Amino acid sequence: MAVFQFTPHALNPAELRGGLADPACGGYASFEGWVRDSNEGQRVCGLEYEAFEALGIREGERIIAEALARFGVAHAACVHRVGKLAIGELAVWVGVSAAHRDEAFRACRYIIDEVKHRLPIWKKEHYLGGDSGWVNCERCAAAAAHSAADAHVHDHA
Amino acid sequence: MDGALPVAPLLGLVLAGGRSTRMRTDKAALAYGGRNQLERAMELIAPHVGRAYVSVRADQSAEPLRARFPQILDLHENLGPIAGLLAAQARHPHAAWLVLACDLPLLDERTLAQLVRCRAPQRTATAYRSSHDGLPEPLCAIWEPRSAAPLAAYVAAGRQCPRRFLLSADIELLDEPNPRALDNINTPEEYRSAMSELLPAATVAAKRVTVQYYALLREQSGRREEALTTRARTAAELYAELARRYPFTLAPELLRVAINAEFRDWSTPLAEGDAVVFIPPVAGG
Repeated sequence: MAVFQFTPHALNPAELRGGLADPACGGYASFEGWVRDSNEGQRVCGLEYEAFEALGIREGERIIAEALARFGVAHAACVHRVGKLAIGELAVWVGVSAAHRDEAFRACRYIIDEVKHRLPIWKKEHYLGGDSGWVNCERCAAAAAHSAADAHVHDHA
Repeated sequence: MDGALPVAPLLGLVLAGGRSTRMRTDKAALAYGGRNQLERAMELIAPHVGRAYVSVRADQSAEPLRARFPQILDLHENLGPIAGLLAAQARHPHAAWLVLACDLPLLDERTLAQLVRCRAPQRTATAYRSSHDGLPEPLCAIWEPRSAAPLAAYVAAGRQCPRRFLLSADIELLDEPNPRALDNINTPEEYRSAMSELLPAATVAAKRVTVQYYALLREQSGRREEALTTRARTAAELYAELARRYPFTLAPELLRVAINAEFRDWSTPLAEGDAVVFIPPVAGG
């Protein structure tokens, strides 16, 4: 099994978990990210993920390798969905197996945090009113335009 | 000439006393085509004035870049550009001052020559109307000796914006011959963009690159991918070029860049055949 992959198909955690089985491991920790029906006060009715897969796979593999090295866990893997997802669907799965639970939990947490910050993947939310928006993009663009207008006053060169 | 009022002699003042906070490096030292901004501004102003000075804060006077030129030290702290002008007027009260910010890399000789030619010595100042907001541009302007008293009173009243001062003064307002001549630069991105515009196009080889667009940039460019010929030397210059073509709303500071599917620095030189992706703020998980 690839340690990191994107897929347009529904995720099956029971099946994914099997790839981490190891008689030397006494613990398995996993994280599942689900599509929620609201974000920042807006009712969300669905979303889509779009990834730059060539770079995303490399970056995902780097994150997994970092987790193995930092926490000394036996196996780790992550799968991220792309395409359209409905409320309640599984968007991302992380699984880690290790000799003991502590490093499994910590490695799992590390992977999902890094995935959220570093993976070149974008999420477009569709809202109940018919609106939609790219998360982290639309609002910061508006904020940047606003601060550029504020900054017009000429600096003392 | 009989009957005409004597016209005050014109001296030059290049403002280089700023803190360059947003640039995060001394703006006076930024180089364009082998010369830094301060040298370039001093060269531009020289033919028009009896003598040119550089305006500096007291703690900057020994810096090698500024020490090469005649200086006028600020007498006030934290007053912005107006401090430089007040100090100059105190030093030579009978002179008119051609004031120039040193962060105007696109300023051309024609713009400066027209300002001097159209000078209205009977008014408080002669300035250009900004092509961006229609307001007077105080830092490429001629300030007559008669501006000194009202300017001192303005500062004494706790105000310090030279643009607002000019708005309420009796000034000669000119239209810019080149609408970008007075674009000032405050951020590294504006610097890179100005640098690429100043570079003679013929000196940089054109190259073929492909650009892939994702998410918001895909929607705003209306395409997933394109092959294009560019003279942009770096990814930063390429983004600036594309941002003139498409209605991008994301400032480059918010983006990362990948070349051939690896994260790269914005200043990485572009090569023939490179595949470039600009990466909007991500949202995984």
